[in-house]
Amino acid sequence: MTQVTEQIAIEHGLKKDEFSKICKLLKRTPNITELAIFSAMWNEHCSYKSSRKHLKKLHTKGKQVIQGPGENAGVIDIGDDDAIVFKIESHNHPSFIEPYQGAATGVGGIMRDVFTMGARPIANLNSIHFGSPQHKKTKNLLRGVVKGIGGYGNCIGVPTIAGQTSFDESYNGNILVNAMTLGLVNKNKIFYSKAAGLNKPVIYVGSKTGRDGIHGASMASATFDDKIEEKKPTVQVGDPFTEKLLLEACLELMADNSIIAIQDMGAAGLTSSSVEMASKGNLGIELDLSKVPCREQKMSPYEIMLSESQERMLIVLENGKENHAKKIFDKWNLDFAVIGKTTNTKKIELIFENNKVAEIPINLLAENAPVYERKWKKTKLPQKLRLNKDNFKSLNLSDCLKKILSNPNISEKKWIWDQYDHTVMGDTIQKPGGDAGVVRVHGTKKAVAASVDSSASYCFSHPLTGGKQVVCESWRNLISVGAKPIAITNCLNFGNPEKEKNMGEFVECVEGIAEASKFLDFPVVSGNVSFYNETKDIGIKPTPAIGGVGLIKDYKNMISMDFKKIENSIFVVGKTEGHLGQSIFAKDILNEKKGPPPSINLFNERNIGETILALIDKKLIVSCHDVSLGGILPAISKMCILGNKGIKINNLKGLTNKYEYFFGEDQARYIVEIPKDNVQKVIEILNNNSVHYDNLGVIQENQMNFNDDINLPIEELANTHKYWLKEYMNN
Amino acid sequence: MKSSVIIFPGSNCDRDMDVALTKFGFKNTMVWHNDQSMPKSDLIVLPGGFSYGDYLRCGSIASKSKIIKSVIDFAHSGGLVLGICNGFQILTETGLLTGILQQNKYLNFICKNVFVKVKDKKNKFFKNIKKDILELHIAHNEGNFFCTDDELKNLEDNNQIAATYCNSEGLENDENNPNGAIKNIAGIFNKNKNVLGMMPHPERMIDKYLSGEDGSLFFENLLGNMK
Repeated sequence: MTQVTEQIAIEHGLKKDEFSKICKLLKRTPNITELAIFSAMWNEHCSYKSSRKHLKKLHTKGKQVIQGPGENAGVIDIGDDDAIVFKIESHNHPSFIEPYQGAATGVGGIMRDVFTMGARPIANLNSIHFGSPQHKKTKNLLRGVVKGIGGYGNCIGVPTIAGQTSFDESYNGNILVNAMTLGLVNKNKIFYSKAAGLNKPVIYVGSKTGRDGIHGASMASATFDDKIEEKKPTVQVGDPFTEKLLLEACLELMADNSIIAIQDMGAAGLTSSSVEMASKGNLGIELDLSKVPCREQKMSPYEIMLSESQERMLIVLENGKENHAKKIFDKWNLDFAVIGKTTNTKKIELIFENNKVAEIPINLLAENAPVYERKWKKTKLPQKLRLNKDNFKSLNLSDCLKKILSNPNISEKKWIWDQYDHTVMGDTIQKPGGDAGVVRVHGTKKAVAASVDSSASYCFSHPLTGGKQVVCESWRNLISVGAKPIAITNCLNFGNPEKEKNMGEFVECVEGIAEASKFLDFPVVSGNVSFYNETKDIGIKPTPAIGGVGLIKDYKNMISMDFKKIENSIFVVGKTEGHLGQSIFAKDILNEKKGPPPSINLFNERNIGETILALIDKKLIVSCHDVSLGGILPAISKMCILGNKGIKINNLKGLTNKYEYFFGEDQARYIVEIPKDNVQKVIEILNNNSVHYDNLGVIQENQMNFNDDINLPIEELANTHKYWLKEYMNN
Repeated sequence: MKSSVIIFPGSNCDRDMDVALTKFGFKNTMVWHNDQSMPKSDLIVLPGGFSYGDYLRCGSIASKSKIIKSVIDFAHSGGLVLGICNGFQILTETGLLTGILQQNKYLNFICKNVFVKVKDKKNKFFKNIKKDILELHIAHNEGNFFCTDDELKNLEDNNQIAATYCNSEGLENDENNPNGAIKNIAGIFNKNKNVLGMMPHPERMIDKYLSGEDGSLFFENLLGNMK
């Protein structure tokens, strides 16, 4: 067997001092299998060693929270014994190296996290970010990622109901692929990963173990360099068919009381799943690796412990339930093997061909894993933009609108979602393209809304504000479909935490998320951190992605953003100051990248959001859309395009500057459509709640008009908005 | 009326089909692919999904499964068989229906609403249906129907083409052909018109809060014709 040296430890991604700590804790040098286990458990991806201290600041509790961070996924109560299990996770590094398999296994992994807890997945979402459209890799990466996400989700038969796609040159060398899944479970039948009881059989089920994905978790804990192509073998290969069988088999076994604990084999495979189950139960675990079903011959204990082959689960069963469980897995043609038992040694002990090949106290791997207090730097709020408004005189409002509507980050992403099955399971009542996706809770009056959001430019410019903004955006998107926001999951995508600037971005974004989620009573129940999104020293813009989930008590009250009826009134609810810093208008039209992001007023955010929900509950408004990227005019355009209606915009009193008004990205704003008869009632409610509004105009046929500035057929706006991505991908 | 929906490993529209059939008054039973025999049925449905992972070729492994012999016998004895999406693919693999379903022309999975024109009403599936053009939903990667010239001629001569892709006005052209299917074919019958395979999913269009309600028309009409 290879003699372990410091050099070998370093090759496994451990730092020198980490290796000496291991030797000290063990009171000896680990053998190669033990080193592999340490390297898997102590890397950033599994140990959260740079982030743990700061993640504690997150607001994680709430009346409806059944399970917060720390389990396979978070769980929230939606009434009548129904609960929603959900989480978002990154698969960034693998997707850059091999986009199809990287994205596919990202979707597979997050679905396993959800059904491990006993929930049937009911919706998938994703947040994907690519380099500049001009970059030579972007098109192929986008094509591969979308095919991978679709290939996996479509096959399992879970609808992909919403998502977000952005392009920014900071992702040229590091794309982001974050996948989110929601599952439905009876709240009295949730399964956890905490093992309990001695001498309980430990069961391996699912696919066989192969040599794929070895060192995957370590790869995800390092930056990229020129040799990244060599890392292809660390990317796992997915088989959605097996996952579908595994899903059905697990849910069938979960129908009775056979399972004590269950954990999917995700990052760091058998190592992290066995260690986590034992650690949570304060037990030991003994595994005989010769009994692990292997796909390839002569796999060593080292390879078996590090393999990240997909579609595998580890289960601690009640004694005597082995045959019952085996029958179910046989029915679904899946591998099933009793590979070990729980023990009282509080150690992980591995046997291979009758020899003990590893023995490590569990606490050294879990609690004693290093925690770093990384140095970090605060980002100062950039100075307010001082724009010379004389320059605006040469602009034309219609041209600006068309340019913004066809901006890659604003334009319609139908090319993407047409490739995702978004209607399977027969409960999707709001499809991709709206503010949030909505699925009914099967067989009930309830529906669940979900959205995923991020705003990298805001976070890059001022992380604290950006962190708050993303949470608010998620909250608004849920409200815009009539859902009461309940909780969020976060996927924190950042650069290299060993750099003070990147670490600072992380710390301040987390603080922003924490502050907003606390104020809005919108707790974080699950999440994932992805550091080292950096290639050759160039890191990504800080990109925390927030997945929000909300409840609609009666799905018939859901609303959408498409304009409904001619002559209905259109109000902008919330105050428009005309903030142009970090706006699409500033960047695309003025070529101005400086300036602070729009500021966040959490009090207004909450007050206005709750007022909008009241308007929806009282059925006073018939469509709603939050104003986000691009400002008011692009937001209205989307509502016109989707409803195939026009709008006559009023000559607004006291309008200081039309560009600031129409393209400013101030927060806490919504556009609502009000039937004529309800206008007075709506105004009363807005006034009673001290909510500012502008009476923007009325819906008319197929034409957008504003004074002499805009006179555009909706069809022309639609063409501008709809075709960028399709054209780009087909050329 | 009794219906049976077969669940293959990898089927994923089985529940949706069960919901739809039950909603419109069928007494439905779910049947496992490994079962030897079918329960007594008036209609057998092969649902959508990815039977056996669609490995080898879509529908090919399912066409050799244990239960399939009773489906073939049932069809030969005149029983009504409906295959949706993967079910259509399986029916072509069993030989009950002509032709094959290739990968979509633009090589992408497509999920969207489409219009189809009902081409023949002298059969149990579409007799008396209130609309000639139905708005249905497709979700597939291999829905590009193809057959030889002779087979096509037979399909046409015997009025075996069940439905074709078109626009809301009924215009059947390339622009309204989502997957490149020959002659815009969305669904076909066997010679006796007791077996129907089609790519669109009527079970996803059974309530106004979903993609639409033309699926309801299909099921209500089918049940009416069977009584």
